[in-house]
Amino acid sequence: MLDQRSQSAGSGTATGMIIKIAVLAVVTALAVWAALPLIRAEAWWALAVEAAVVAIVFHLYLQRRKIPPKYLLPGTLLLIAFQIIPVIMTIGTSFSNYGDGHRVGKDQAIEAIVAAGVQQTPGGTTYLLAAGESASGELTLLLTDTSDGSTWAGTEEGLTELPGAETDETGRITGAEDYSVWDLAELNERQDELTALAVPTGENTGIRVQGLSAFEGASTRSYDESCDCITDSATGTVWHADDEAGVFLTEDGQEALVGWRVNIGLDNYARVLTDPDIRGPFLGVFVWNLVFAAGSVLLTFAVGLGSAMALNRPGMRGTKAYRAVLILPYAMPAFAMILVWAQMFNRDFGLVNDLLGLDVNWFGDAWAARAMALLTNTWLGFPYMFLISLGALQALPADSLEAAKIDGAGGVTAFRKITLPLLLVALTPLLISSFAFNFNNFNAIELLTGGGPFRAGDDAGGTDLLITYAFRQAFGSASSDYGFASAISVFIFIIVATISAVMFRSTRKQEDVYS
Amino acid sequence: MTRTSEPPTPAPRTDRTVRRSPRSRKSRWSRWASDTGWRHLVAVLVLVFSLIPIVYVVSAAFNPNGTLSTTNLLPDSFSLNNFRRLFTEENIPFAHWFANSLVIALPAAFISIFISSLAAYAFSRFRFTGRRPMLLFLLLIQMFPAFLAVVALYLIFGGIGEYYPVAGLNTRLGLMLVYMGGALGVSTWLMKGFFDTIPKELDEAATIDGASHAQIFFGMILPLAAPIIAISGILAFVGTINDFILASLFLTDREQMTLAVGLKTLVAENAPASYFGVFAAGALLTSVLTVTVFMSLQRYIVSGLTGGAVKG
Repeated sequence: MLDQRSQSAGSGTATGMIIKIAVLAVVTALAVWAALPLIRAEAWWALAVEAAVVAIVFHLYLQRRKIPPKYLLPGTLLLIAFQIIPVIMTIGTSFSNYGDGHRVGKDQAIEAIVAAGVQQTPGGTTYLLAAGESASGELTLLLTDTSDGSTWAGTEEGLTELPGAETDETGRITGAEDYSVWDLAELNERQDELTALAVPTGENTGIRVQGLSAFEGASTRSYDESCDCITDSATGTVWHADDEAGVFLTEDGQEALVGWRVNIGLDNYARVLTDPDIRGPFLGVFVWNLVFAAGSVLLTFAVGLGSAMALNRPGMRGTKAYRAVLILPYAMPAFAMILVWAQMFNRDFGLVNDLLGLDVNWFGDAWAARAMALLTNTWLGFPYMFLISLGALQALPADSLEAAKIDGAGGVTAFRKITLPLLLVALTPLLISSFAFNFNNFNAIELLTGGGPFRAGDDAGGTDLLITYAFRQAFGSASSDYGFASAISVFIFIIVATISAVMFRSTRKQEDVYS
Repeated sequence: MTRTSEPPTPAPRTDRTVRRSPRSRKSRWSRWASDTGWRHLVAVLVLVFSLIPIVYVVSAAFNPNGTLSTTNLLPDSFSLNNFRRLFTEENIPFAHWFANSLVIALPAAFISIFISSLAAYAFSRFRFTGRRPMLLFLLLIQMFPAFLAVVALYLIFGGIGEYYPVAGLNTRLGLMLVYMGGALGVSTWLMKGFFDTIPKELDEAATIDGASHAQIFFGMILPLAAPIIAISGILAFVGTINDFILASLFLTDREQMTLAVGLKTLVAENAPASYFGVFAAGALLTSVLTVTVFMSLQRYIVSGLTGGAVKG
């Protein structure tokens, strides 16, 4: 194939040229498509970034001198967009108090607090209420004006018209583009969130929810810039702004419902280290996390190496069949098999208690749950170790073993002094990455135990890993604390990177890693 | 892999048997036991361990009742009821889940493997300033897996959704983009290691024949690197199918879910007891997909996994 092509090849063939033009045309088309919403939203910064990216693409692919960047550019762009920026954002978020109650800027927080004091005024507009979430997951009131039937979307940022929403015969919104609309059951369940939400519509007017309808009215609260405070004329309460914590506080230290997003420096990190309510569980989670990762590597490696040693024998009958079955756990979809294991450990009807005649409450006792997690993870991970051990065993230099045999080294000695060290030299990098993988093995814990069992009052469970713990902090049902969750993510990264770096160094394999 | 070299028989055992054999020539069985017998024993034990959960799923999938309490290790009756429910019940859009997983995982794997192979080619064949720092940086960034930045990704895609609703939260395209970015570091390293083993003389010969760098890459390197491309592809594909954390966060509509998120809802605490059988049937169908892929590419797997680490 190459020969044929190279006949017609200069440094640019006709086919190559056509492909290049086609690709650049697609890039241009995509760029135009992507620019339109940015122009509409007047997001000039984003537009400038986009233009710069397109310019770089054209420049690199139309020049001839530098070849490597042509191959590196697609990967670099993807890496920047979906790995580097998220990592930087995670670090940035970890220095803020971003989370429930601190989602918006200060101005919007003021508007929301003022709107929360809205009292119904006679003759004010009333709305039929539906609720849902926007594409970005923001709680939204979907409102139908009872006087003229027009449809609106209201968030804590304000009210926007929502043309073309689907409504039922009473006029209530049942569906709208880019919004997921709640059914009645969910509406009931999350009534509290709706009652707490106030949609600002003007200086001191807003919309509030009442049952299955909403009304617009005037607020008894007002913001005064000179004292940076909010006063409620009906109750006489005064909230003063605390710019460091991003909240409004009353005289006796009561927080207003809505705060705003501020930079709180290292507070999230300090909380992990100093707050006794967090430090205790965090340390426990950290120790178990280490044990889980190290234990998983040891157990899977022991089982995998054992079976590889057993099957590494030419002429043994059935090796192919054994091998095919032994790697089955690796080929099965891991998420589904973890869920199956979870069912097998069911106390009353599960297979494990049934077969062994036990009555262990695997999900209720912390130690039983930990043993269960390790056993499940061993099942999932040993085929990988089996495969790499088998590969390494077959690549071992036969002469050193011959020499050992001649010197009369016994079985255990030869294994300990020759086979194992040689294997470890080859396999240590893989064992380290297996450790790093298991350190963050979210699936194995989340799908098996969900982090539990939980002792009353603790928010870290007996089998929680740092990653499952952080995930619950960010997206748990109670309240979201993105800042704190991000801080834990950064912690995890530092821990994993340090441990891996130390291990790599101690194996002195770096030269091989990036030669 | 040096398959030709005599694989290491645990020296001691043969040694001992040889020494012992004059004394007890009669017991050929004990020699077999110490030489091969223990191997079968270990293999059978591990075999049972690896098969139990699999047999259990099969048994549960064909169990007509479908509840956990009526499921045993070996099935006592047989029915396709669970499979039928998988495709007929409105509340279980299994076909959608299956299609979603494929629609997300296949393009994500293909595109990310293609892009990583481009980068790996540059790292393997060209020397340019910043090459080593970039390689080290890749190694570092892949230790920060995409799901650690899950909060940031959630916020970013919330923002993207406001400008481009097709790629925001609760869309398959958005999720696919994240997966594409996530697989890059690992596969680039794997492939660079393999490309390094393809002799450079081939490139030089082709250059003399007048081939351009693009022709060398597409016409020669890519076909030669088929094994590593297969392995990186499988790893990226299976990794995506198995992902739960990002998928559960991104996709909330029942019809948009992937297999991992959807099947999990069938064994959630508030799911009806009889859904266990349906879940098992779904898990079984999913495994048909992954097991077929694995078994068909089995011969590449060992060399692919050990990659540069085990140079046989």
